[in-house]
Amino acid sequence: ITRGHQNKLFLTLQNRTRIPPCVYIGHKEPPPGAEAYIPQRYPDNRIVSSKYTFWNFIPKNLFEQFRRIANFYFLVIFLVQLIIDTPTSPVTSGLPLFFVITVTAIKQGYEDWLRHKADCSINECPVDVVQQGKVVRTQSHKLRVGDVVMVREDETFPCDLILLSSSRHDGTCYVTTASLDGESSHKTYYAVPDTMAFRTEQEVDSLHATIECEQPQPDLYKFVGRINIYKDKEEPVARPLGAENLLLRGATLKNTQHIYGTVAVYTGMETKMALNYQSKSQKRSAVEKSMNAFLIVYLCILISKAVINTVLKYAWQCPNISFTYSLYCTFLDTFSLLQVIRAFTDFLAFMVLFNYIIPVSMYVTVEMQKFLGSYFITWDEEMFDEELGEGAQVNTSDLNEELGQVEYVFTDKTGTLTENNMEFIECCVDGNVYIPHSSGAEETDESCEHEDLFFRALCLCHTVQVKEEETVDGIKRGIHQGRPTSFYISSSPDEVALVEGMKRLGYTYLRLKDNHMEILNKDDEIERFELLHVLNFDSVRRRMSVIVKSSSGEYLLFCKGADSSIFPRVVSGKVEQVKARVEQNAVEGLRTLCVAYKRLSTSEYEEACHHLTEAKLALQDREQRLAQAYDIIERDFVLLGATAVEDRLQEKAADTIESLHKAGMKVWVLTGDKMETAAATCYASKLFRRSTQILELTKKRTEEQSLHDVLFELNRTVLRQPHGHTRTEQDSNFDCLDFGLIIDGATLSAVLKPNQEGAAHGNYREIFLEICRNCSAVLCCRMAPLQKAQIVKLIKASKEHPITLAIGDGANDVSMILEAHVGIGIMGKEGRQAARNSDYAIPKFKHLKKMLLVHGHYYYIRIAELVQYFFYKNVCFIFPQFLYQFFCGFSQQPLYDTAYLTLYNISFTSLPILLYSLVEQHVTIETLKREPSLYRDIAKNSLLRWPVFLYWTCLGVFDAVIFFFGAYFLFDNTTFTSNGQMFGNWTFGTLVFTVLVFTVTLKLALDTHHWTWINHFVIWGSLLFYVIFSLLWGGIIWPFLNYQRMYYVFMQMLSSGPAWLSIILLITVSLLPDVIKKVLCRAMCPTATERAQVGFALKWRLYKAAFFTPK
Amino acid sequence: MIAAMMASSYNAKEEDGHHSGSSSHGGAGAVKSKKPDNTAFKQQRLPAWQPILTAGTVLPAFFVIGLIFIPIGIGLYVTSNNIKEFEVDYTGVDINSPCYSCAKNFSWNSTQSCVCSVNFTLEQPFESNVFMYYGLSNFYQNHRRYVKSRDDSQLNGDLSALMNPSKECEPYRTNDGLPIAPCGAIANSLFNDTLDLYYVDSNSTKTPIPLAKKGIAWWTDKHVKFRNPSGNTNLTVTFQGTTKPVNWRKPVYELDPSEADNNGFINEDFIVWMRTAALPTFRKLYRIIQKKSGTTPTLPSGRYILDITYNYPVLSFDGRKRMILSTISWMGGKNPFLGIAYITVGSICFFLGVVLLIIHHKYDTRNNSADIPN
Repeated sequence: ITRGHQNKLFLTLQNRTRIPPCVYIGHKEPPPGAEAYIPQRYPDNRIVSSKYTFWNFIPKNLFEQFRRIANFYFLVIFLVQLIIDTPTSPVTSGLPLFFVITVTAIKQGYEDWLRHKADCSINECPVDVVQQGKVVRTQSHKLRVGDVVMVREDETFPCDLILLSSSRHDGTCYVTTASLDGESSHKTYYAVPDTMAFRTEQEVDSLHATIECEQPQPDLYKFVGRINIYKDKEEPVARPLGAENLLLRGATLKNTQHIYGTVAVYTGMETKMALNYQSKSQKRSAVEKSMNAFLIVYLCILISKAVINTVLKYAWQCPNISFTYSLYCTFLDTFSLLQVIRAFTDFLAFMVLFNYIIPVSMYVTVEMQKFLGSYFITWDEEMFDEELGEGAQVNTSDLNEELGQVEYVFTDKTGTLTENNMEFIECCVDGNVYIPHSSGAEETDESCEHEDLFFRALCLCHTVQVKEEETVDGIKRGIHQGRPTSFYISSSPDEVALVEGMKRLGYTYLRLKDNHMEILNKDDEIERFELLHVLNFDSVRRRMSVIVKSSSGEYLLFCKGADSSIFPRVVSGKVEQVKARVEQNAVEGLRTLCVAYKRLSTSEYEEACHHLTEAKLALQDREQRLAQAYDIIERDFVLLGATAVEDRLQEKAADTIESLHKAGMKVWVLTGDKMETAAATCYASKLFRRSTQILELTKKRTEEQSLHDVLFELNRTVLRQPHGHTRTEQDSNFDCLDFGLIIDGATLSAVLKPNQEGAAHGNYREIFLEICRNCSAVLCCRMAPLQKAQIVKLIKASKEHPITLAIGDGANDVSMILEAHVGIGIMGKEGRQAARNSDYAIPKFKHLKKMLLVHGHYYYIRIAELVQYFFYKNVCFIFPQFLYQFFCGFSQQPLYDTAYLTLYNISFTSLPILLYSLVEQHVTIETLKREPSLYRDIAKNSLLRWPVFLYWTCLGVFDAVIFFFGAYFLFDNTTFTSNGQMFGNWTFGTLVFTVLVFTVTLKLALDTHHWTWINHFVIWGSLLFYVIFSLLWGGIIWPFLNYQRMYYVFMQMLSSGPAWLSIILLITVSLLPDVIKKVLCRAMCPTATERAQVGFALKWRLYKAAFFTPK
Repeated sequence: MIAAMMASSYNAKEEDGHHSGSSSHGGAGAVKSKKPDNTAFKQQRLPAWQPILTAGTVLPAFFVIGLIFIPIGIGLYVTSNNIKEFEVDYTGVDINSPCYSCAKNFSWNSTQSCVCSVNFTLEQPFESNVFMYYGLSNFYQNHRRYVKSRDDSQLNGDLSALMNPSKECEPYRTNDGLPIAPCGAIANSLFNDTLDLYYVDSNSTKTPIPLAKKGIAWWTDKHVKFRNPSGNTNLTVTFQGTTKPVNWRKPVYELDPSEADNNGFINEDFIVWMRTAALPTFRKLYRIIQKKSGTTPTLPSGRYILDITYNYPVLSFDGRKRMILSTISWMGGKNPFLGIAYITVGSICFFLGVVLLIIHHKYDTRNNSADIPN
């Protein structure tokens, strides 16, 4: 690179409007005149991930907690209780609220304290800084932009650094970014060429340079900057800086003794790592949405109850002024309040009295259920992968139940359905096929020039590194070659497979040394090529190239890439033969790549160089300009041949897909691969069956017909089938009517494009959706990452609002994982980015089956029961209190004692349901796995739909009426003790409450299908606790209470026979309708799940009979 | 009972479900394995009893419930019917009723108490102990403001509370600057009619019937919950500095002139009144007529006279006053509800059992045969 270019570039850059941040290395001012010294302020290198400080914790945390609508509601109730004269003491709602708020605050405070501690340890970890030619040790947070930092092997970079020089002679260093994106493979970073020769601190310290770079941005793989090096008053030398020069905070130095790096602009909170810590948008599950809807209904019920009682109170008072009330008339009138205000106060008092119908504890229980329940996923041994050494991961526990609601599964192909474990199968040069192993390639005598070039191309055109140590924690690929074991390492498994395949065909890539690639050819001679440029792979271009200079001085450009991106750029070569072979391979499900080359004359090379450097030096739009440059350089190829690499299907992928299909889910495969390969994989994985009628919506077809016609035709084909009937009898007709759709990226974008021709042609989007709805499987090929997300979004927004799940393993799947209702990442070979951004991460695709069919199913039924039961038990709890108002003159007299009011939801009835929602298994794990169709029973939020909700509410009201009137008739103007003494209102309430606690707990017991010893313990234990508590609560004159109303009430009640009889009677009557409903439903129209339960029980009985009866 | 209603199928799963042999595979060096523990709990494989409610299994439970409940119900019903109860309304609403004038001319200030007599006849003799109740209707003793208008500390004999009653007692907390003992609306509205019962034999001689006032309040109330301040000796001194409730005629320490230790807060009539009733129509135990020794019934059939010292006004709130005589069985007073309810529920269960039997035969056999594939 000549100086001329540099200066020119420098000028163009200076004309830009935005002045990029400028860093002075070693804080030395540039020679005067070069540029005005503008002192800039940068943040220090302190990492602040904590949310609170010691001082603002309480106000800030409280503010954030009360922003939640539920907490706010309870706060309002509490305040109302404090302000006005209400039936229950503020303690009853204040205590639970205080408890919830405190627990949350402690949890958040603890988490924040941990963050503070982590911040502290990061900020105070020692860092070596070069100052005045010496290495000085300081603390990380004292680093300033412009400091020169020394990092030793296995140390973590304290901030984003520009690599100046490395202990390795070629100016490179190896880095793992495992903590950033999870990729444990070693990546190579390059020193700035002008400084890579520095060896000592003094040399580094003598450097006089400035760095300009873009504003901080979170993309880990993008960096654009420029370094200006001043040497002796001369014009500064400018060098471009890219992502390959930037060492990111959080990454670790490997296999390099030490490096000198200078602090780039990015310190502290501006580092890319810190910028990437932004939280993802919150996903809400369907259950949560229905829960909120139910809450609103209950709020309405609550308000209407309060209104009814308030109105009745005043209607009742006028004609019927009671003696007791008249006692207060004068008292109230002394306040001389307006009637309206009094009525409003009464309304609020009724609100307070009935507010328990929306319980605080439900939120706590739901949170706990989700948090604790998610451990079962991480604990699941069957989802543990021995090879990877990891099990499933839960990144958010908010969506557990959503796993049981999935209707659409969007899956990536490579690495998800397939192993992403590439194996080289064959290559074809000009139509001649070479297959390793099979007694070598067919030795063609005339070792044609193309063959040589082809093998060299594949040996040179890649970004594979050779590792010679044995202890490499990257991907292990041993090659034994007389020398110590060495490995090929690359971020792309395809490349490794290709290079290894070449080795088996006789051409071994040895290493990259001093910019020279060394190849051991067939005749054991070492050939050296100087590596001049690498035109890196990207997913838009779908190809990569290298420019090398052979030992004979020839400039060669080798390119390999997808057939669709190579063929249009080929001018000569045996295109037809290669194309035929490529297509044949693609049909077999192999991944094919085409290889082409081009000779460059010196002048052509110079020009290419010029394009590239110009683009690389650009500070803005560099990506775009690079793409332009690549486009200019990569053309007029001579086709050499093609390769085929097999990507085997993942273990049990077909079985998993079949199960998902049976479970009523629609599986879409979204891939960037070409149609034939993808279709072959789909057939292999049973996504398409032999009987599946394939509908194609591809570019090839739309070129022949207009998109409009194709869409309408397909729609007609699909609708001709009486699909309405097939849906209901899915099981029997499962195989005979089945459509599969194949669509490619280009057509998809045409479909999704807003229709410019006006509404006359109808909305393609709708027609497309209509077609998709009737296809059991859809394959989208040639998709860009963003298109994947678009598809997910399209389905999400369609009128049924189905629940979607996206599963993928690579960075290109992140967008769809984030978009879908549930995002699942596979801990794959292409790094951890997908797993990091997902809601759940699993090691293998096959684990999806258990995740959805077992865990998802369980979580859904558990939380559905939890929600319904919570509302039910609070209706049972509060409705008698409502009824009591009719008999106490609407005076807001509580039916139950304060202790019962407070503890009902906290301790008497909370544990059984929490435990139920953690361990319930209505059918066994084996049954769920064996019969995926059971998943359909819970589809579409079936357990939380309005009729079900209504049933539970009615059941609650019925039970409440039974409790109340049962006790009413028992108390009605008579006594039920054998000594003639009378019971008061607190005994009345206690009787109702006892029946209530027992009924509600036994109702749960009736719903429990899985009685482990813990269930027994908790259910009977909490009933026992209630009895013991009541005995204790009534057994002592409590010194700190100002009332003793419960004294001996419970014991007196239990000493009466009729009380026992009526408790038993009322419990029986309350449970009766639910039992009858259950039995009738099961007998008349059993669901598949119920059949499975009975089937299991019967089989068990048969089994027992077979084993235990004497023959 | 619940357990019997469920089909039981005990499913004891083996603790280790899938122990793959490859777990020892990655053991080169001290690699910290993230492999989850293979415990029954973590793998959700705890042995469990898995009951299912089906027609077949619930059926016997229904029959059993029916068979148990119906006899209990019949027993309860018969017991309830054997209880004798007599009720007389002496409010005096009707112009012909003997207490009409008392009710009409009532005033809080009159020191002269009005006495009226009600005649009634018992058709059947009352055996064993007879319990005498007074009943009030449309009296909302369960009104919230009423219920809370008391000070349990004061009633428990706390001296500071005696002199400084709780705020809950307002507006019956103090009178003329002196604390009210006992304070509050409940105490203030103490039922103060006096009822006396006479038997009129064939020669028209009035024989007073002895009415015991011991044992009408809960034992725990009388002995623990209610206590006079600083012992029982000389209540007049103890209650010095307090005043009687506004509506009372006598101070609390003179409630029972006949018996010294039935005064103050531990007066049983007072304790009975202080236990607020659950419903607006209620009765409270007033006196007990102990069974006489021998075979003579406690209350033989015949004519009786009830003398009422009419102090308690109820007409202002459209209330009613009653006197009730009742015998008591093991299940308390006359209440056919429980017996009828038991018989009804038992019959329903029995009927449902029959229905389920039909359903079971109609559907279950079909399902079962279809459900077991192999």
